[in-house]
Amino acid sequence: MLINMGPSHPAMHGTIRIMLELDGEKILNSELEIGYLHRGLEKTCEHKTYFSLLPYTDRMNYVSPLINNLGYAMTMEKMLELDVPQRAQYIRVILCELSRISDHLTALAAMTMECGAFTVFLYTIKAREFIWDVIEHTTSARMTTSFIRIGGVRADLHPDWKDHLKTAIIETKKVLKDVHGLMDKNKIWLNRTRDIAVVSPEMAINYGWTGPCLRSTGVNFDLRKASPYSSYDHFDFDVPLGERGDNYDRYMVRMIEMEQSMRIIEQAMEKMPKNKAPLLAKGMKPAKAIEASRKQKVEGGIKLSPNLEGSEKDKYADILSTGKKYIVPPKEDTYTSIEGLINHFIFFMKGHGIRPPKGEVYFSVEGGNGELGYYIVSDGTDKPYRWHLRAPCFHIVSALEEMIKGHYVADVIPTFGSTNMIGGEFDR
Amino acid sequence: MGKLNKTEKLATNGGWITTKFNEVLGWGRKYSLWHYPFITACCGMEYMSAACAHYDFDRFGMGWTRFTPRQADMLLVCGTITHKEAPVLKTVYDQMTEPKWVVAFGACAVSGGIYDNYAVVQGIDRIIPVDVYIPGCPPRPETFFDALIKLQEKVQKEGHDWRWKKRT
Repeated sequence: MLINMGPSHPAMHGTIRIMLELDGEKILNSELEIGYLHRGLEKTCEHKTYFSLLPYTDRMNYVSPLINNLGYAMTMEKMLELDVPQRAQYIRVILCELSRISDHLTALAAMTMECGAFTVFLYTIKAREFIWDVIEHTTSARMTTSFIRIGGVRADLHPDWKDHLKTAIIETKKVLKDVHGLMDKNKIWLNRTRDIAVVSPEMAINYGWTGPCLRSTGVNFDLRKASPYSSYDHFDFDVPLGERGDNYDRYMVRMIEMEQSMRIIEQAMEKMPKNKAPLLAKGMKPAKAIEASRKQKVEGGIKLSPNLEGSEKDKYADILSTGKKYIVPPKEDTYTSIEGLINHFIFFMKGHGIRPPKGEVYFSVEGGNGELGYYIVSDGTDKPYRWHLRAPCFHIVSALEEMIKGHYVADVIPTFGSTNMIGGEFDR
Repeated sequence: MGKLNKTEKLATNGGWITTKFNEVLGWGRKYSLWHYPFITACCGMEYMSAACAHYDFDRFGMGWTRFTPRQADMLLVCGTITHKEAPVLKTVYDQMTEPKWVVAFGACAVSGGIYDNYAVVQGIDRIIPVDVYIPGCPPRPETFFDALIKLQEKVQKEGHDWRWKKRT
């Protein structure tokens, strides 16, 4: 019997269709049809300037947009040979690890909810809200932030960032403990995930798997360890590995990876380099500083920003690279001097701005699903000649046909959930 | 002729019983909007946030998520609709039973958003009628609640679709 699953199916995430050939409930064969969320991303990006295509990268893996930003920014930095200040690198690490946690939380939320564990869904999304609060507090957007820019980050951290981050980590840890308690030894969960869709290390490598799914088969490959970028080598963390490569291992690897991510965040909080130009005098609350700045004679150490965004000229040394041609000119100059205004226009004008040398570049970072790589070909103009994305879940989902073969229809749901298909980067 | 006009007027405006009935019906409908989330892309994440404990749209009377269009009153189109996806959306809309309402959730569903290219439908109102548009890329859950309350007002004012009433 032939049965059509999706694309309008709650577990198919709206963007994929599986034709199943069944014998009773057993899957003899299956065929995937993709392309339901093909938004012409690569072609659109080829028509944008290097600076203005950044928001498109947010919308690829929309659960962890900051990692996508980082991948693109670092690819461009490799092309332009820019150095990023230490503090900006640490800010990037914190934000990326927060994104990774939110990515894994969402993946597990979907996977468990589709198996009937609605409580876990509510809990994990609760934790995600706390994490998004921190991201919103820092970047002033919940999801599509475009915060990580070519050459650094958009703004410095908020003076209160540590308290917010601590709350988020405490709440996430509580939730993870609850989820472990609810799922780890749950009979139903074990029956639906243990020894289902077993993938051997060879098969995983042949399909080009990366990320938590590859590590669940026991292959120790994590780009953060294999080729450390953005000062990941400053932090001490473990890479969790699975043993069997089944759905349960993919769940467990994600759970443990979140704990490791929190370890990295805690270390980064401790080691965060001091900013050279603090916004406020030490120990002063923002409200007090605003009050003090209104006095006729302003005391020393109080500096209020014109836009209150943390991206003042003084901060550029902390958050952005020194390559003047490749970063947005400070707003203070733009608004007060003619040279600044000219620089601003030259940066944003068509045909000017960021114009990398001719050539091609590939760079990859460890995304939520695995190796997130960018391949950019430059022809010397302000627009990329070719802009390609190596989406991790494309390679993972391509193995789905083989994974579900011989299993039951009900096993498609947790198997597909464990691959964590994200339409935005999958169909592009 | 005059007499006929009078009956016509009664049928459209309704007498005391029908107006009261319409009010009760609208009240009942607006607090039991069962929705079908047609989630394709990023906006689905914000939909999930709105659905869960932090924001919780159950407070506004749309607790039930139905994954079959036949049980749903309200179609939430969250995310980009491509030309390949468009027939699916149309089918889902056609499968829903009357009365039904459609919410375009996010910039892509409203107008195609930042994807102004060959692959994306420039707004779902090219395929299906839309009741409420929610701007934002993606909209915050609060924006969604604003839209939901607006839709509830609309539902309250809509009368019962009397079978004998002539459709215009």
